[in-house]
Amino acid sequence: MGGELDLFSSGPPSSSDGAWTVAQVTSRARQLIDAGFHPLWIKGEVTGFKQYRSGHWYFSLRDAEAQVRCVMWRTDNRRVSQPPEDGLQVFVEGRPTVWEERGEFRITVKRMLPTDAGGQWELQLQQAKAALERDGLLDPARRRPLPEFPTRIAIITSPDGAALHDMLTVIGRRWPAVEVLLLPTRVQGDGAERELCRALKLVNDLSADVAIVGRGGGSREDLWVFNSEKVARAVAAVEVPIISAVGHEEDVALTDLVADLRAPTPSAAAEAVVPDRGEAIRVVDMLARRLGGSLTSRTRLGRERLARTVDRLQGAMAGQIEQRTTRLAMVSARLDALSPLKVLERGFAVARNDKGEVLKSTKSFTPGSDFRLTVTDGDVRARVAGEDT
Amino acid sequence: MTKRPSFGAELERLEAIVRGLEDSEVDLDEALELFQEGVERLKNARTLLQETELTVKKVVKAADADLPDDDVDD
Repeated sequence: MGGELDLFSSGPPSSSDGAWTVAQVTSRARQLIDAGFHPLWIKGEVTGFKQYRSGHWYFSLRDAEAQVRCVMWRTDNRRVSQPPEDGLQVFVEGRPTVWEERGEFRITVKRMLPTDAGGQWELQLQQAKAALERDGLLDPARRRPLPEFPTRIAIITSPDGAALHDMLTVIGRRWPAVEVLLLPTRVQGDGAERELCRALKLVNDLSADVAIVGRGGGSREDLWVFNSEKVARAVAAVEVPIISAVGHEEDVALTDLVADLRAPTPSAAAEAVVPDRGEAIRVVDMLARRLGGSLTSRTRLGRERLARTVDRLQGAMAGQIEQRTTRLAMVSARLDALSPLKVLERGFAVARNDKGEVLKSTKSFTPGSDFRLTVTDGDVRARVAGEDT
Repeated sequence: MTKRPSFGAELERLEAIVRGLEDSEVDLDEALELFQEGVERLKNARTLLQETELTVKKVVKAADADLPDDDVDD
Protein backbone atom coordinates (compact mmCIF):
# COMPACT_ATOMS: atom_id res chain seq x y z
CA MET A 1 0.00 0.00 0.00
CA GLY A 2 1.23 3.46 -0.94
CA GLY A 3 0.76 4.79 2.58
CA GLU A 4 3.06 2.16 4.08
CA LEU A 5 5.70 2.76 1.47
CA ASP A 6 5.54 6.46 2.26
CA LEU A 7 5.83 5.75 5.94
CA PHE A 8 9.14 3.99 5.51
CA SER A 9 10.64 5.73 2.54
CA SER A 10 10.09 9.38 3.29
CA GLY A 11 9.78 9.50 7.08
CA PRO A 12 11.93 11.58 9.40
CA PRO A 13 15.51 10.38 10.07
CA SER A 14 15.68 7.65 12.72
CA SER A 15 17.43 8.17 16.04
CA SER A 16 21.10 7.27 16.65
CA ASP A 17 20.38 3.60 17.39
CA GLY A 18 18.36 3.28 14.15
CA ALA A 19 14.87 3.39 15.78
CA TRP A 20 12.05 5.98 15.38
CA THR A 21 10.94 7.89 18.40
CA VAL A 22 7.33 7.40 19.48
CA ALA A 23 6.60 11.04 18.73
CA GLN A 24 7.97 10.61 15.20
CA VAL A 25 5.69 7.65 14.57
CA THR A 26 2.50 9.25 15.91
CA SER A 27 3.26 12.52 14.14
CA ARG A 28 3.87 10.74 10.87
CA ALA A 29 0.72 8.65 11.34
CA ARG A 30 -1.31 11.80 11.93
CA GLN A 31 0.03 13.42 8.80
CA LEU A 32 -0.90 10.37 6.73
CA ILE A 33 -4.37 10.03 8.23
CA ASP A 34 -5.13 13.76 7.93
CA ALA A 35 -4.08 13.76 4.29
CA GLY A 36 -5.93 10.54 3.49
CA PHE A 37 -9.48 11.44 4.58
CA HIS A 38 -11.99 14.14 3.74
CA PRO A 39 -14.72 14.92 6.26
CA LEU A 40 -17.13 11.96 6.40
CA TRP A 41 -20.61 11.18 7.60
CA ILE A 42 -20.50 8.14 9.86
CA LYS A 43 -23.41 6.23 11.35
CA GLY A 44 -23.01 4.50 14.69
CA GLU A 45 -24.13 4.01 18.27
CA VAL A 46 -22.87 6.31 20.99
CA THR A 47 -21.08 4.60 23.86
CA GLY A 48 -18.97 5.78 26.82
CA PHE A 49 -20.19 9.37 26.50
CA LYS A 50 -18.45 11.83 28.82
CA GLN A 51 -18.71 15.61 29.01
CA TYR A 52 -15.72 17.27 30.65
CA ARG A 53 -15.76 20.49 32.62
CA SER A 54 -14.15 22.20 29.64
CA GLY A 55 -17.41 21.48 27.79
CA HIS A 56 -15.78 19.09 25.31
CA TRP A 57 -17.49 15.74 24.62
CA TYR A 58 -15.62 12.43 24.50
CA PHE A 59 -17.33 9.20 23.39
CA SER A 60 -17.01 6.22 21.11
CA LEU A 61 -19.07 5.22 18.11
CA ARG A 62 -19.59 1.55 17.53
CA ASP A 63 -21.41 -0.93 15.39
CA ALA A 64 -21.43 -4.74 15.42
CA GLU A 65 -17.86 -5.04 14.19
CA ALA A 66 -15.82 -2.11 15.38
CA GLN A 67 -15.60 1.06 17.38
CA VAL A 68 -13.76 4.34 17.14
CA ARG A 69 -12.97 7.12 19.65
CA CYS A 70 -14.56 10.50 19.02
CA VAL A 71 -14.15 14.02 20.36
CA MET A 72 -16.57 16.89 19.81
CA TRP A 73 -15.24 20.26 20.90
CA ARG A 74 -17.38 22.64 22.85
CA THR A 75 -17.64 25.12 19.98
CA ASP A 76 -19.17 22.37 17.80
CA ASN A 77 -21.34 20.57 20.39
CA ARG A 78 -23.03 23.83 21.34
CA ARG A 79 -25.17 23.45 18.22
CA VAL A 80 -26.46 20.01 19.28
CA SER A 81 -29.72 20.38 21.19
CA GLN A 82 -28.81 17.89 23.95
CA PRO A 83 -25.95 15.51 24.77
CA PRO A 84 -26.56 12.02 23.32
CA GLU A 85 -27.28 9.17 25.71
CA ASP A 86 -25.30 5.97 25.47
CA GLY A 87 -26.93 3.59 23.01
CA LEU A 88 -28.34 6.37 20.77
CA GLN A 89 -27.92 5.83 17.03
CA VAL A 90 -26.47 8.95 15.41
CA PHE A 91 -24.93 10.33 12.28
CA VAL A 92 -21.78 12.30 12.84
CA GLU A 93 -19.85 14.41 10.40
CA GLY A 94 -16.19 14.39 11.26
CA ARG A 95 -12.61 13.97 10.23
CA PRO A 96 -10.41 11.01 11.19
CA THR A 97 -7.12 11.98 12.78
CA VAL A 98 -4.54 10.73 15.26
CA TRP A 99 -4.24 12.16 18.74
CA GLU A 100 -0.50 12.11 18.97
CA GLU A 101 -0.08 12.28 22.76
CA ARG A 102 -2.01 9.03 23.18
CA GLY A 103 -1.23 7.49 19.85
CA GLU A 104 -4.98 7.20 19.47
CA PHE A 105 -6.92 7.05 16.23
CA ARG A 106 -10.07 9.14 16.60
CA ILE A 107 -12.73 11.19 14.87
CA THR A 108 -13.01 14.94 15.43
CA VAL A 109 -16.79 15.39 15.19
CA LYS A 110 -18.18 18.62 13.78
CA ARG A 111 -21.85 17.77 13.61
CA MET A 112 -24.17 15.21 15.12
CA LEU A 113 -27.68 14.22 14.02
CA PRO A 114 -30.12 11.63 15.33
CA THR A 115 -30.90 8.81 12.88
CA ASP A 116 -34.68 9.22 13.09
CA ALA A 117 -36.55 10.46 9.99
CA GLY A 118 -35.65 14.07 10.75
CA GLY A 119 -32.01 13.12 11.13
CA GLN A 120 -32.04 11.23 7.84
CA TRP A 121 -33.43 14.26 6.06
CA GLU A 122 -31.00 16.53 7.77
CA LEU A 123 -28.19 14.24 6.70
CA GLN A 124 -29.39 14.36 3.09
CA LEU A 125 -29.65 18.11 3.35
CA GLN A 126 -26.14 18.47 4.73
CA GLN A 127 -24.81 16.19 2.03
CA ALA A 128 -26.65 18.11 -0.68
CA LYS A 129 -25.39 21.37 0.74
CA ALA A 130 -21.83 20.08 0.74
CA ALA A 131 -22.22 19.00 -2.91
CA LEU A 132 -23.58 22.42 -3.91
CA GLU A 133 -20.79 24.08 -1.97
CA ARG A 134 -18.17 22.01 -3.80
CA ASP A 135 -19.63 23.16 -7.13
CA GLY A 136 -19.43 26.79 -6.04
CA LEU A 137 -23.22 27.23 -6.17
CA LEU A 138 -23.42 28.69 -2.67
CA ASP A 139 -20.90 31.41 -3.43
CA PRO A 140 -22.53 34.76 -2.56
CA ALA A 141 -20.63 36.29 -5.51
CA ARG A 142 -22.96 34.33 -7.81
CA ARG A 143 -25.91 36.42 -6.69
CA ARG A 144 -27.18 38.80 -9.35
CA PRO A 145 -29.03 42.03 -8.69
CA LEU A 146 -32.76 42.04 -9.48
CA PRO A 147 -33.88 44.19 -12.43
CA GLU A 148 -35.11 47.61 -11.36
CA PHE A 149 -38.20 47.70 -13.58
CA PRO A 150 -39.15 44.19 -14.72
CA THR A 151 -41.74 43.78 -17.46
CA ARG A 152 -42.19 40.04 -17.24
CA ILE A 153 -42.08 37.99 -14.07
CA ALA A 154 -42.15 34.20 -14.01
CA ILE A 155 -43.74 32.70 -10.90
CA ILE A 156 -43.30 29.03 -10.12
CA THR A 157 -45.67 27.88 -7.43
CA SER A 158 -48.91 26.07 -6.78
CA PRO A 159 -51.83 27.60 -8.71
CA ASP A 160 -54.11 26.95 -5.75
CA GLY A 161 -52.09 28.19 -2.82
CA ALA A 162 -52.42 31.37 -0.81
CA ALA A 163 -48.83 32.15 -1.84
CA LEU A 164 -49.86 32.91 -5.43
CA HIS A 165 -52.79 35.02 -4.32
CA ASP A 166 -50.56 37.01 -1.96
CA MET A 167 -47.93 37.62 -4.62
CA LEU A 168 -50.42 38.75 -7.25
CA THR A 169 -52.07 41.07 -4.75
CA VAL A 170 -48.79 42.73 -3.81
CA ILE A 171 -47.54 43.02 -7.41
CA GLY A 172 -50.91 44.37 -8.57
CA ARG A 173 -50.84 47.02 -5.88
CA ARG A 174 -47.22 48.10 -6.30
CA TRP A 175 -46.61 47.80 -10.01
CA PRO A 176 -49.39 46.46 -12.24
CA ALA A 177 -47.54 47.32 -15.46
CA VAL A 178 -46.05 43.85 -15.63
CA GLU A 179 -46.92 40.55 -17.11
CA VAL A 180 -46.90 37.62 -14.72
CA LEU A 181 -46.29 34.20 -16.22
CA LEU A 182 -47.46 31.51 -13.86
CA LEU A 183 -45.81 28.12 -14.10
CA PRO A 184 -48.10 25.95 -12.00
CA THR A 185 -46.45 23.10 -10.13
CA ARG A 186 -47.06 20.99 -7.11
CA VAL A 187 -45.01 22.28 -4.19
CA GLN A 188 -45.14 19.25 -1.92
CA GLY A 189 -45.53 15.51 -2.10
CA ASP A 190 -45.13 13.15 -5.04
CA GLY A 191 -44.10 14.74 -8.29
CA ALA A 192 -43.30 18.11 -6.75
CA GLU A 193 -39.56 17.77 -7.25
CA ARG A 194 -39.96 16.76 -10.86
CA GLU A 195 -42.48 19.50 -11.67
CA LEU A 196 -40.43 22.18 -10.01
CA CYS A 197 -37.32 21.13 -11.94
CA ARG A 198 -39.23 21.22 -15.22
CA ALA A 199 -40.80 24.58 -14.52
CA LEU A 200 -37.47 26.08 -13.50
CA LYS A 201 -35.93 24.82 -16.72
CA LEU A 202 -38.79 26.27 -18.72
CA VAL A 203 -38.25 29.75 -17.25
CA ASN A 204 -35.21 30.13 -19.50
CA ASP A 205 -37.46 29.98 -22.60
CA LEU A 206 -39.88 32.69 -21.49
CA SER A 207 -37.75 35.87 -21.79
CA ALA A 208 -38.71 36.71 -18.25
CA ASP A 209 -36.72 39.42 -16.50
CA VAL A 210 -36.91 37.78 -13.12
CA ALA A 211 -38.43 34.70 -11.49
CA ILE A 212 -39.89 33.69 -8.14
CA VAL A 213 -40.06 30.12 -6.91
CA GLY A 214 -41.78 29.38 -3.67
CA ARG A 215 -44.73 28.43 -1.56
CA GLY A 216 -46.41 29.43 1.65
CA GLY A 217 -45.52 28.12 5.07
CA GLY A 218 -46.08 24.57 6.16
CA SER A 219 -44.62 21.77 8.19
CA ARG A 220 -41.01 20.78 7.75
CA GLU A 221 -42.18 17.82 5.66
CA ASP A 222 -44.37 20.08 3.49
CA LEU A 223 -41.43 22.33 2.67
CA TRP A 224 -38.96 19.54 2.16
CA VAL A 225 -38.91 19.53 -1.64
CA PHE A 226 -37.23 22.94 -1.47
CA ASN A 227 -34.31 21.17 0.20
CA SER A 228 -33.92 18.82 -2.76
CA GLU A 229 -30.52 19.00 -4.36
CA LYS A 230 -32.11 18.60 -7.80
CA VAL A 231 -34.47 21.51 -7.24
CA ALA A 232 -31.65 23.62 -5.83
CA ARG A 233 -29.51 22.90 -8.89
CA ALA A 234 -32.46 23.77 -11.16
CA VAL A 235 -32.80 27.10 -9.31
CA ALA A 236 -29.09 27.75 -9.77
CA ALA A 237 -29.44 27.05 -13.51
CA VAL A 238 -32.12 29.69 -14.08
CA GLU A 239 -30.57 32.31 -16.34
CA VAL A 240 -32.36 35.33 -14.91
CA PRO A 241 -32.27 36.55 -11.32
CA ILE A 242 -34.49 34.35 -9.18
CA ILE A 243 -36.01 34.81 -5.75
CA SER A 244 -36.59 31.87 -3.46
CA ALA A 245 -39.60 32.40 -1.21
CA VAL A 246 -40.35 29.39 0.92
CA GLY A 247 -42.59 29.34 3.96
CA HIS A 248 -42.19 31.64 6.87
CA GLU A 249 -39.38 33.55 8.51
CA GLU A 250 -37.68 30.73 10.39
CA ASP A 251 -37.39 28.28 7.51
CA VAL A 252 -34.30 28.41 5.40
CA ALA A 253 -34.38 26.05 2.45
CA LEU A 254 -31.63 24.89 0.15
CA THR A 255 -33.20 26.87 -2.69
CA ASP A 256 -32.76 30.00 -0.54
CA LEU A 257 -29.02 29.42 -0.55
CA VAL A 258 -28.63 29.18 -4.33
CA ALA A 259 -31.17 31.86 -5.33
CA ASP A 260 -30.17 35.46 -6.02
CA LEU A 261 -32.41 36.61 -3.22
CA ARG A 262 -34.03 34.82 -0.31
CA ALA A 263 -37.41 36.20 0.66
CA PRO A 264 -38.90 35.07 3.97
CA THR A 265 -42.41 34.86 2.49
CA PRO A 266 -44.02 34.94 -0.98
CA SER A 267 -45.42 38.41 -0.18
CA ALA A 268 -41.93 39.64 0.65
CA ALA A 269 -40.72 38.23 -2.68
CA ALA A 270 -43.44 40.20 -4.46
CA GLU A 271 -42.42 43.36 -2.60
CA ALA A 272 -38.84 42.85 -3.70
CA VAL A 273 -39.54 41.96 -7.32
CA VAL A 274 -41.32 45.14 -8.43
CA PRO A 275 -40.64 48.80 -7.69
CA ASP A 276 -43.08 50.99 -5.86
CA ARG A 277 -45.35 52.97 -8.20
CA GLY A 278 -45.42 56.03 -5.94
CA GLU A 279 -41.64 56.22 -6.04
CA ALA A 280 -41.61 55.81 -9.84
CA ILE A 281 -44.21 58.58 -10.23
CA ARG A 282 -41.95 60.90 -8.24
CA VAL A 283 -38.99 60.05 -10.48
CA VAL A 284 -41.03 60.66 -13.63
CA ASP A 285 -42.40 63.96 -12.29
CA MET A 286 -38.89 65.09 -11.49
CA LEU A 287 -37.76 64.22 -15.02
CA ALA A 288 -40.77 66.04 -16.47
CA ARG A 289 -39.79 69.17 -14.56
CA ARG A 290 -36.22 68.91 -15.73
CA LEU A 291 -37.38 68.37 -19.31
CA GLY A 292 -39.58 71.48 -19.19
CA GLY A 293 -36.88 73.46 -17.44
CA SER A 294 -34.30 72.51 -20.01
CA LEU A 295 -36.43 73.98 -22.82
CA THR A 296 -37.14 77.13 -20.82
CA SER A 297 -33.47 77.73 -20.29
CA ARG A 298 -32.93 76.98 -23.94
CA THR A 299 -35.53 79.58 -25.00
CA ARG A 300 -33.94 82.01 -22.57
CA LEU A 301 -30.65 81.42 -24.33
CA GLY A 302 -32.48 81.90 -27.64
CA ARG A 303 -33.99 85.15 -26.43
CA GLU A 304 -30.61 86.40 -25.39
CA ARG A 305 -29.21 85.55 -28.78
CA LEU A 306 -32.11 87.27 -30.48
CA ALA A 307 -31.56 90.38 -28.37
CA ARG A 308 -27.92 90.41 -29.33
CA THR A 309 -28.89 90.06 -32.98
CA VAL A 310 -31.34 92.93 -32.76
CA ASP A 311 -28.62 95.07 -31.21
CA ARG A 312 -26.32 94.25 -34.05
CA LEU A 313 -29.06 94.89 -36.57
CA GLN A 314 -29.81 98.26 -35.04
CA GLY A 315 -26.11 99.08 -35.08
CA ALA A 316 -25.95 98.17 -38.74
CA MET A 317 -29.06 100.21 -39.50
CA ALA A 318 -27.65 103.20 -37.67
CA GLY A 319 -24.52 102.99 -39.81
CA GLN A 320 -26.62 102.86 -42.94
CA ILE A 321 -28.65 105.85 -41.86
CA GLU A 322 -25.57 107.81 -41.06
CA GLN A 323 -24.14 107.03 -44.47
CA ARG A 324 -27.35 108.17 -46.09
CA THR A 325 -27.40 111.31 -44.01
CA THR A 326 -23.90 112.18 -45.14
CA ARG A 327 -24.84 111.61 -48.76
CA LEU A 328 -27.92 113.74 -48.30
CA ALA A 329 -25.80 116.52 -46.85
CA MET A 330 -23.48 116.33 -49.81
CA VAL A 331 -26.35 116.46 -52.28
CA SER A 332 -27.95 119.38 -50.50
CA ALA A 333 -24.63 121.23 -50.50
CA ARG A 334 -24.49 120.82 -54.24
CA LEU A 335 -28.07 121.85 -54.60
CA ASP A 336 -27.34 124.83 -52.44
CA ALA A 337 -24.46 125.86 -54.62
CA LEU A 338 -26.76 125.75 -57.63
CA SER A 339 -29.47 127.79 -55.98
CA PRO A 340 -30.33 131.16 -57.72
CA LEU A 341 -30.19 132.71 -54.30
CA LYS A 342 -26.48 132.07 -54.36
CA VAL A 343 -26.27 134.08 -57.61
CA LEU A 344 -28.04 136.92 -55.90
CA GLU A 345 -25.48 136.72 -53.12
CA ARG A 346 -22.88 137.50 -55.66
CA GLY A 347 -24.57 140.91 -56.37
CA PHE A 348 -27.04 140.03 -59.10
CA ALA A 349 -30.71 141.02 -58.97
CA VAL A 350 -33.79 139.60 -60.69
CA ALA A 351 -36.39 141.85 -62.19
CA ARG A 352 -39.96 140.64 -62.41
CA ASN A 353 -43.20 142.32 -63.45
CA ASP A 354 -46.23 142.30 -61.26
CA LYS A 355 -47.26 138.97 -62.74
CA GLY A 356 -44.02 137.49 -61.50
CA GLU A 357 -42.52 137.08 -64.96
CA VAL A 358 -38.77 137.59 -65.19
CA LEU A 359 -37.90 140.60 -67.26
CA LYS A 360 -34.88 139.60 -69.29
CA SER A 361 -34.90 142.16 -72.15
CA THR A 362 -35.00 145.95 -72.46
CA LYS A 363 -38.24 145.49 -74.43
CA SER A 364 -39.92 144.37 -71.26
CA PHE A 365 -39.17 147.66 -69.59
CA THR A 366 -41.59 150.39 -70.83
CA PRO A 367 -40.90 153.82 -69.37
CA GLY A 368 -43.02 154.54 -66.37
CA SER A 369 -43.89 150.87 -65.77
CA ASP A 370 -43.52 149.29 -62.34
CA PHE A 371 -41.54 146.11 -61.62
CA ARG A 372 -39.94 144.30 -58.71
CA LEU A 373 -36.32 143.66 -58.08
CA THR A 374 -35.37 140.68 -56.02
CA VAL A 375 -32.05 140.91 -54.18
CA THR A 376 -30.59 138.52 -51.58
CA ASP A 377 -32.58 139.74 -48.62
CA GLY A 378 -35.90 140.67 -50.29
CA ASP A 379 -37.78 142.57 -52.99
CA VAL A 380 -37.87 146.27 -53.79
CA ARG A 381 -40.44 148.06 -55.89
CA ALA A 382 -38.99 150.00 -58.88
CA ARG A 383 -40.17 152.12 -61.89
CA VAL A 384 -38.65 152.48 -65.32
CA ALA A 385 -37.48 156.14 -65.69
CA GLY A 386 -36.88 156.46 -69.40
CA GLU A 387 -35.20 155.13 -72.47
CA ASP A 388 -31.50 154.45 -72.44
CA THR A 389 -31.26 153.38 -76.05
CA MET B 1 -43.89 36.23 -26.93
CA THR B 2 -43.69 39.96 -27.45
CA LYS B 3 -42.93 42.06 -24.46
CA ARG B 4 -44.74 45.21 -23.45
CA PRO B 5 -42.72 48.46 -23.53
CA SER B 6 -40.34 48.64 -20.64
CA PHE B 7 -40.73 51.41 -18.12
CA GLY B 8 -37.04 51.02 -17.34
CA ALA B 9 -36.08 51.62 -20.99
CA GLU B 10 -38.36 54.68 -21.24
CA LEU B 11 -36.94 56.09 -18.05
CA GLU B 12 -33.37 55.51 -19.11
CA ARG B 13 -33.91 57.25 -22.46
CA LEU B 14 -35.75 60.09 -20.79
CA GLU B 15 -32.86 60.66 -18.40
CA ALA B 16 -30.42 60.71 -21.32
CA ILE B 17 -32.61 63.23 -23.17
CA VAL B 18 -32.85 65.55 -20.18
CA ARG B 19 -29.09 65.36 -19.68
CA GLY B 20 -28.61 66.15 -23.37
CA LEU B 21 -30.96 69.13 -23.19
CA GLU B 22 -29.26 70.46 -20.10
CA ASP B 23 -26.00 70.48 -22.02
CA SER B 24 -25.96 73.86 -23.76
CA GLU B 25 -23.61 72.58 -26.47
CA VAL B 26 -26.52 70.89 -28.23
CA ASP B 27 -27.79 73.14 -31.03
CA LEU B 28 -31.36 74.38 -31.06
CA ASP B 29 -32.65 72.11 -33.84
CA GLU B 30 -31.32 69.06 -32.09
CA ALA B 31 -32.62 70.32 -28.78
CA LEU B 32 -36.15 70.67 -30.18
CA GLU B 33 -35.98 67.18 -31.60
CA LEU B 34 -34.78 65.80 -28.25
CA PHE B 35 -37.51 67.69 -26.48
CA GLN B 36 -40.19 66.21 -28.71
CA GLU B 37 -38.84 62.73 -28.11
CA GLY B 38 -38.68 63.47 -24.40
CA VAL B 39 -42.34 64.43 -24.34
CA GLU B 40 -43.18 61.20 -26.14
CA ARG B 41 -41.15 59.09 -23.69
CA LEU B 42 -42.70 60.89 -20.78
CA LYS B 43 -46.13 60.05 -22.14
CA ASN B 44 -45.20 56.37 -22.50
CA ALA B 45 -43.81 56.24 -18.97
CA ARG B 46 -46.94 57.88 -17.57
CA THR B 47 -49.16 55.48 -19.50
CA LEU B 48 -47.34 52.55 -17.95
CA LEU B 49 -47.69 54.12 -14.52
CA GLN B 50 -51.40 54.52 -15.03
CA GLU B 51 -51.93 50.85 -15.73
CA THR B 52 -54.04 49.23 -13.10
CA GLU B 53 -54.71 45.79 -14.49
CA LEU B 54 -52.11 43.14 -13.81
CA THR B 55 -51.68 40.67 -16.68
CA VAL B 56 -51.43 37.07 -15.56
CA LYS B 57 -50.85 34.22 -17.99
CA LYS B 58 -50.63 30.60 -17.12
CA VAL B 59 -47.85 28.65 -18.80
CA VAL B 60 -49.52 25.27 -18.91
CA LYS B 61 -46.57 23.68 -20.64
CA ALA B 62 -44.93 23.34 -17.24
CA ALA B 63 -47.36 20.65 -16.26
CA ASP B 64 -47.13 18.79 -19.57
CA ALA B 65 -44.95 15.76 -19.86
CA ASP B 66 -43.30 17.00 -23.05
CA LEU B 67 -39.79 17.25 -21.65
CA PRO B 68 -37.71 14.08 -21.60
CA ASP B 69 -37.21 12.66 -18.15
CA ASP B 70 -33.46 12.86 -18.27
CA ASP B 71 -33.74 16.65 -18.35
CA VAL B 72 -34.69 16.66 -14.73
CA ASP B 73 -33.55 13.36 -13.36
CA ASP B 74 -29.82 13.84 -13.54
